[in-house]
Amino acid sequence: MAVFLTFLNHIRDIKDPEHPYSLEELKVITEDAIEVDDKQSYVRVTFTPTVEHCSMATVIGLCVRVKLMRSLPSRYKVDIRVAPGTHASEAAVNKQLNDKERVAAALENPNLVDMVDECLAPTYG
Amino acid sequence: MADASQLTRHIETFVDPSHSVTQQVASVSTIASLIKNDKLTLEKLVREMEMYLTTTDNTIRARGILLLGEVLAHLASKPLDDSTIHSLIGFFADRLADWMALRGALVGCLALLRRKSAGGMVSGTDAKAVAQSYLQNLQVQSLGQYDRKLCFEILECLLERYANAVASLGDLLIYGICEAIDEERDPHCLMLTFHIVKVLPQLFPDPSGPLASSAHDVFEILSRYFPIHFTHPKDEGIDVKRDDLSKALMLAFSSTPVFEPFAIPLLLEKLSSSLPSAKVDSLKYLSDCVVKYGAERIAKHGGAIWSTLKDTLYTSDENVFSFGPVSLQGLGCQENEIAIEALGLLQKLIVQNHTLFFGLIVADEDINKVFKTIASYKNYNEIPTETRRKLYAVGRILYVSAKASTITCNRVFEIFLPRLIGSLGISVRDSSEQCSLSEIDMMSKGCNHGALYLCIELLQACKDLIGSSEELAASVSTKETCCCLLQSFSSSLTEVFSSISTSTNEGTHDADIYLGVKGLQILATFPGGYFPVALSVFEKILQTFVSIIITYWSKTLQWKLALKALVDIGLFIERFHETEKRESYMGIVVERALASLNDFGMPFSLKLEAVSDIGTSGQNYMLKIVQGLEEAICANLSDVYVHGKSSSADIAAQLLQCYSDKVVPWIHGTGGFEEILLRFTFNIWSQIENTMAFNVQIEQKGLLDVMMKAMKLAVASCSEESQNKIIQKGFIVLSSCTSFPLKEPFQQKAIQLIKDDDNISSRDEWILSLFASVIISVHPLAQNPNLKAILYLFMTTHLKGSVPSAQALGSLVNKLGQRSNAVQISSDYTLEEVIDIIFNSTLWSFHDNCSLGTDDELINGNKIGLIDLCHGAVSSTLQIQAINGLAWIGKGLIMQGHEKVRDITMVFLECLQSNGRTSILPSEEGISGQSHDEDSYSSVMKHAADAFQILMGDHEACLSREFHAVIRPLYKQRFFSTMMPILQSLMLKSDSSFSRPLLFRVFAHIIINTPLMVVLSDSTKLIPMILNGLSTLSNNILDKDVLYGLLLVLSGILMDKNGQETVSDSAHIIINCLVGLIGYPHMMLVRETAIQCLLALAGLPRTRIYPMRAQVLQPISKALDDPKRAVREEAVRCRQAWASIA
Repeated sequence: MAVFLTFLNHIRDIKDPEHPYSLEELKVITEDAIEVDDKQSYVRVTFTPTVEHCSMATVIGLCVRVKLMRSLPSRYKVDIRVAPGTHASEAAVNKQLNDKERVAAALENPNLVDMVDECLAPTYG
Repeated sequence: MADASQLTRHIETFVDPSHSVTQQVASVSTIASLIKNDKLTLEKLVREMEMYLTTTDNTIRARGILLLGEVLAHLASKPLDDSTIHSLIGFFADRLADWMALRGALVGCLALLRRKSAGGMVSGTDAKAVAQSYLQNLQVQSLGQYDRKLCFEILECLLERYANAVASLGDLLIYGICEAIDEERDPHCLMLTFHIVKVLPQLFPDPSGPLASSAHDVFEILSRYFPIHFTHPKDEGIDVKRDDLSKALMLAFSSTPVFEPFAIPLLLEKLSSSLPSAKVDSLKYLSDCVVKYGAERIAKHGGAIWSTLKDTLYTSDENVFSFGPVSLQGLGCQENEIAIEALGLLQKLIVQNHTLFFGLIVADEDINKVFKTIASYKNYNEIPTETRRKLYAVGRILYVSAKASTITCNRVFEIFLPRLIGSLGISVRDSSEQCSLSEIDMMSKGCNHGALYLCIELLQACKDLIGSSEELAASVSTKETCCCLLQSFSSSLTEVFSSISTSTNEGTHDADIYLGVKGLQILATFPGGYFPVALSVFEKILQTFVSIIITYWSKTLQWKLALKALVDIGLFIERFHETEKRESYMGIVVERALASLNDFGMPFSLKLEAVSDIGTSGQNYMLKIVQGLEEAICANLSDVYVHGKSSSADIAAQLLQCYSDKVVPWIHGTGGFEEILLRFTFNIWSQIENTMAFNVQIEQKGLLDVMMKAMKLAVASCSEESQNKIIQKGFIVLSSCTSFPLKEPFQQKAIQLIKDDDNISSRDEWILSLFASVIISVHPLAQNPNLKAILYLFMTTHLKGSVPSAQALGSLVNKLGQRSNAVQISSDYTLEEVIDIIFNSTLWSFHDNCSLGTDDELINGNKIGLIDLCHGAVSSTLQIQAINGLAWIGKGLIMQGHEKVRDITMVFLECLQSNGRTSILPSEEGISGQSHDEDSYSSVMKHAADAFQILMGDHEACLSREFHAVIRPLYKQRFFSTMMPILQSLMLKSDSSFSRPLLFRVFAHIIINTPLMVVLSDSTKLIPMILNGLSTLSNNILDKDVLYGLLLVLSGILMDKNGQETVSDSAHIIINCLVGLIGYPHMMLVRETAIQCLLALAGLPRTRIYPMRAQVLQPISKALDDPKRAVREEAVRCRQAWASIA
């Protein structure tokens, strides 16, 4: 339990790109959405976009990934998924979020990085 | 007469817009002062300025008129004759039509209108002329902000000071004002306009006059501002706040009853809005209007006001009760602002017109419904939240109605109390009867929460009504209905409340218990002669509480509530000087509580809490309790002394702890009960004196510590004379001990002490420790007749390992310094003499073979002895004791700023470095023996290093302000600055791996205890040393606490603004050092602080730290995997900070 809370602490305060609320407040991320296997160094975060056609789903996922990348020791493998049946293009989003190359490419884009940093700012309080 | 050309120049300066503002202001004041000093007449000025005042050039004319206006504003107190004023005001009134040059005309009008009568003021007709011209010519809302403000000021001035003159303008004036203030938005101007409307009704008080006919228009303009919506950000430099505006508007609203038909509906409408601030404002305005409009007008809206108010109270959602002991004092309702305002309004309404509003309350269906529904719920949990909220709202409404006046109180009691009593299951009958069947029935099933709650509210209201003022209390006779009713029910109510508060039934909710206790408390604290409850009932209530305390100690809430209630009752008795009740309280509560100390059952700590809390409620009780405590302490101590009972030792320790925590501070605070403390200490002394067969076990050392603490505190709070007596007494007891060589001269050597194998008996050890406590805590001026003997005693005993003796020695030398400044007593030793005695003592010689007695050596005695100390001795334990003792003496000296402390520190430093020499010393023992020798020597050195902690640290046990230590200001700073250069050179010289860490330990001890400000001022020099220290100390696990302390000093420097500047230059070495500490395995706090320091460093200029980025990020990433969460979280933050310096 303690381990879950530690992980949740890292990402609960991420701000939604479109609203002034945190992901936890919007129930995008909940306690039971995080699975951790500490021995195998594996984390899986399952998040629930607010609406089915949420265009920001990839950005939210990217924020979570970047935040965990910056907060976890490098030994962890992070897997980020949209909760099954909650997004129209679920497969595409999942694929995009877990593709190392595409994440790296996304972080080359200064506009995107600015947006991510803005969302993450409250988590470094 | 002033030079004409000079005057012209001043005028020119002002009129010419190319001159700076300061020059213009200067020219105005020069001209004004010329006129004030009669060097220039106004007439001449006007004639001089004629050209400027009449020219057709708009700019110049405007400036000219403004100059005249401003000059007049300077002349407020200069007497002017009527004709001058008449012609001037005529001129300015005329100029109001000249919109190009309006500013000057406004300033001039205002200056003249504001004149006081002493210097000649504007006549009524002239003021009226101004008003007429104003109304005719000015389009206020088309002007700029400042001009509008001037316009409103003129209007305000006219209304306030020339009311009669302008009132004759009638409708014209009112329309003019409406036109002027319509659509105003500036906060400053609004304040003025609200005030103008407030003053306006004073001109037209006639209820059918011109104002009444246009009231609708005026109110229309005002109503737009309600509720005040204020969006100006704070930093715009506007000093008007929302509250000021709201207050001003409120006064305007309530200024005349003719607004009533428009204002009340508006306010009621806004009250039903969902905006909380609008609700609060509406309620405030209504309260104000109710008072000002009068009963007759309000009565028209009675029904509407009541129903809106009721809805507000029902829906105010935070109306939640807390049932804790804290809230027992007031009524336990945490109301929000809306509820408070609403209840305040209700009270005003009832006071104003109780027939109407009380009638509405009684007839209200909702209230009756609540009364009906509560009967159907048996206990707290059954009641749905919504009903509970309504119930509380009704409770508050009834409370307010009952509290409003005696009449309403009687009516509330008449109408509601019998119903509640019925619901509680009490049959209406005479109080002398015994419990009826229905009551017992009710108790078994649990109580009716709703009825109980409402009952408590009514009782509280009645009590508050009587208690609210002396006058009222006198007018309320015991014949009043509410009192009669209460009297007849009091005994059965007490029964019910008692049974609820002592209920052990699982189903009884905390809230009910709270209410039960509360009810009993209210009944017990009805003031004075209006007490509707007989003394027997009062005693019964006290007995109930006492039995709760004694029996139900396992139920925390019940116990705490009962105790709090008892304390409150005690306080109440003291405040109202109720002699009869005081006696019952003393008999029932205080004595029973004390008697319970000997009972079994309740945990002893709870007994003590109860006893000491009850004591705080009054002086007499406390004195009684103190006596009881003392007896208990004595009884238990004798058990310990004679039989060695460990259970008694525990109890005695708790009693003594309570004595020092509660009683001594109380006596100290109250003052005047010194003899109690004196008696207490004497008792302790005599008891130990009279016990010859002392059977205390060694494991009862804890008791001794508590005893010493109590002794110290008690002695410290006494006056000097009492302290003298205590010292005498202690010395007599001490002299009776066999093992103390009080009379022997100073001929013994330390080594002989060890050889004298007489161990101190435990009784003597206790006596010694207690005596040391006395010496530690006495005042510097207390006299110590046997100083020499005592000195010798402490010196011997501290070498045998008694820490209190060492501390007492330190206190002795510390306080002697003070005495030498004060009146010198011939028999006393001076500080210098005492120091000589101490340091010349042969006790410091540690070697057997060190021959003694030659004069030569005695002269240099102290040198030989002390240096001897450094060179190791036969017994390292003895050496350690000596070092500790010396450290305490040093602490005493350093605090009063004596120079001898330098010698002492030198001894310690010598000890640290001399290890090389000891190893050279020929050893007769074998190799194993030698290694043992080295071990013990290293521990000696460690103690020498830690002596600096004693020297610099603050100690609770002795030498604190509380124990009257002599503390020289800035002594730490002084020691710090003398020691630093010495240490620095020693560190440079030291190459031994053995003494170097110890030197850093010394350095750390000193710097940790120095105020940060001092360290900061010298930080450039200190940082390299701190960093060296950190890396050296991190090698040994035993140094972890010191390491942490030192790291905190560094972080203090880094967090400080000035510190950061100096740090900037040495950033790279600091970072190197901190990076090493990120992985420090022995202490989590060290890792966390190191990372925090790194985070602080990330704020330095980018050029400084960018090169270090990679070096920091790598170990920080490892810290992300730290076993402690706090470290990981810091690491995330730090990593982010460093990673973003891209």
